[in-house]
Amino acid sequence: MPSTAGLGRRLRSTLLVPFLAILLALVVGAVFMALSSPLVNGSFDLTLPFRAYGALFKGAFGSWEALTRTLANATPLILAGFAVGIGFKGGLFNIGATGQFLVGGLTTTWIALLVNDASPFVAIPVALLAGMVGGLLWGLIPGVLKAFTGAHEVVTTIMLNYLAIFLLSWAVSGPLRGSNVTYARTDEIIAAQLPIIMGTTGHAGILIAAAAVPIVWWLLFRSTIGFEIRTTGANSEAARYAGMNPRWLIIFTMGLCGLFAGLAASTEILGDVHYMPASFSTTVGFDAIAVALLGRANPLGILFSGLLFGAMQAGSGPMQIEAEIPVQIVSVLQAVILFFLTAEVLVRTIFRVRSDARGADEPQLATSYGRKA
Amino acid sequence: MDFLFDIPIIGLFIQFVFYLLGHLPVVAPVVVAATVPVALGAMCGFMNERSGVVNIGIEGMMLTAAFVAWWTASIVNSFVHTPAGPMGITPALLIGLFAAIAAACAVSAVHAWLSITVRADQIISGTIINIFALGITGYLNLLISQHPPTSAGQFGALPVPAAIIDLPVIGWLIDSFVAVGPIALSMLVSVLLLQFLLFRSRWGLRTRAVGEHPKAAETVGIDVIKLRYRNVIVGGIFAGLAGAYLTIEFSSSFQGGMTAGRGYIALAALIFGRWTPLGAFGAAILFGSSVGIERLIRFAPPEGSLGDILTAVPLQFYEALPYLITIIVLAGVVGRSVAPAAVGRPYERESKSG
Repeated sequence: MPSTAGLGRRLRSTLLVPFLAILLALVVGAVFMALSSPLVNGSFDLTLPFRAYGALFKGAFGSWEALTRTLANATPLILAGFAVGIGFKGGLFNIGATGQFLVGGLTTTWIALLVNDASPFVAIPVALLAGMVGGLLWGLIPGVLKAFTGAHEVVTTIMLNYLAIFLLSWAVSGPLRGSNVTYARTDEIIAAQLPIIMGTTGHAGILIAAAAVPIVWWLLFRSTIGFEIRTTGANSEAARYAGMNPRWLIIFTMGLCGLFAGLAASTEILGDVHYMPASFSTTVGFDAIAVALLGRANPLGILFSGLLFGAMQAGSGPMQIEAEIPVQIVSVLQAVILFFLTAEVLVRTIFRVRSDARGADEPQLATSYGRKA
Repeated sequence: MDFLFDIPIIGLFIQFVFYLLGHLPVVAPVVVAATVPVALGAMCGFMNERSGVVNIGIEGMMLTAAFVAWWTASIVNSFVHTPAGPMGITPALLIGLFAAIAAACAVSAVHAWLSITVRADQIISGTIINIFALGITGYLNLLISQHPPTSAGQFGALPVPAAIIDLPVIGWLIDSFVAVGPIALSMLVSVLLLQFLLFRSRWGLRTRAVGEHPKAAETVGIDVIKLRYRNVIVGGIFAGLAGAYLTIEFSSSFQGGMTAGRGYIALAALIFGRWTPLGAFGAAILFGSSVGIERLIRFAPPEGSLGDILTAVPLQFYEALPYLITIIVLAGVVGRSVAPAAVGRPYERESKSG
């Protein structure tokens, strides 16, 4: 293949459909906002979508402060996006990022409170590590179950999400409950707080997410274990014939996924929240699936889709204030983007884009719940 | 009786059984209320998965239906005022119920199109539905709540003569399962009907064939694509009922994200019940019971050492039990649950030549 021209064409065809899907979703969102405008201000208002998107954009990129908010919002999305994306590469569908995030958040808080009097140079690394270990352990459970009993990770991770919610609720309303709090939450984390490096909300977790991108890229595409993960994902039979151990690889991959979800929680707790409530409401697990799918499970792709959804989250608050459009429109846009990505055939028909010959590198994920037949 | 209670360890267990039996009439309605949406949601999953389509979007379908039922009923209620008939039935509530069913079927149709025609990953399709439903119902609910409409109220219970409810032993059972609203009654009918149809009708045989071995089914003349479409869309009816139960029968209002994972528990109940309607119903009751037991121990803990033990266990543990049990069952530690063989695999028709 002639290198540069071929690469350009390949890049174009990879980026084209996600780009058009985002465009279509914005159009659908605009139509939807226009249709619902009577509920906002009593009459049809065709300018409403423009005002809403304007406020969304300004809230996400309009100032240095907005930009740092976007980066801070994107941080957990990118890291949790890896938790789903690495699984995709290995042929596993990790719906459990929520649970791994919650357990990682719990362990990071627990350890951070234990070292609350230590120097930040000790407390921060220790607390970050604790979050990663917590997520890793929670991720290992579905990995081990799948490897040894064949229990499908989709169902076990959904169940583990709920178990994580109950575990968190018990831990924070019981042993970890703070001393001077009016509702069930932990004490304030002080020593392990991530320093603010830009604006008022831009914490150092942003650097961690940025550093994770090349690390994950190297891990997946340059390391032996990454090659084995991808081979198992593409064809686990072939991987076994080549002398790889699919069982161990499933466990390793799920553990790695959990590690990143746990790290995502660490940055969120140590960088932004600074304590853990008994019911930590988060949509990060599903956002992460959206991030990984839009990013096509590629580290760079995940970086960009994480930034996109982070920007939407950051801009949604100002949008609700200025244009009275509820923040939930962001979820609607996310879902519609995913819909058009999945129903690629629609996008190709609307824009008359010819289909490229797809390689076998995208594993079919939903095979069977029970044991492999 | 006391000598039984004094046996070490076993005595405590006997005490526990008597404690539960003693509180059954109080707890049973709680259990039934927790069971209905889960069992109906599981019937939706059943229709999908038995014909070979994974559905993790039950949660989103239920949430959509819950919102549509409440909103439609409220709107109709502001135009039409009629006195409630038996079981609190009004035109507003009925129209709300049908709108909810239609909405859930429409969402199911999208799921069917993505899963069957586009041959997309069915878990992604379900995920899209869940994200979309949470977003759109939350969005509209927030807009509406600025000028909230008057609620259309809720369905009432089937009037059962007091003489029957006062019957010894089975009276409480009738009281909690039959003296309920129309949607809860539809659960019993749906479960029994589907169980019968699955194993005793031509449709059931074909559905099982398509879920296990679509290629073989096609060779004997069954239209796999059509049957899957029909089953997935019809399955929406049950998600519609499950959602409507939450907003126009169990309560009379809507809150964002109010399904709170019931759709996922429905999926768990289906797996736990080994993909049969009766099994899923049993599992749903078990899941409902864990809610009931948690409430009971929180508000009326038993006395003595049994009470000390039960209250020493964190309350969250009782609520977590169903999820834990589902994992254990799925892992095959206690009796394996095996999915229909073709579930999750898009069907590609053999190329028609000549």
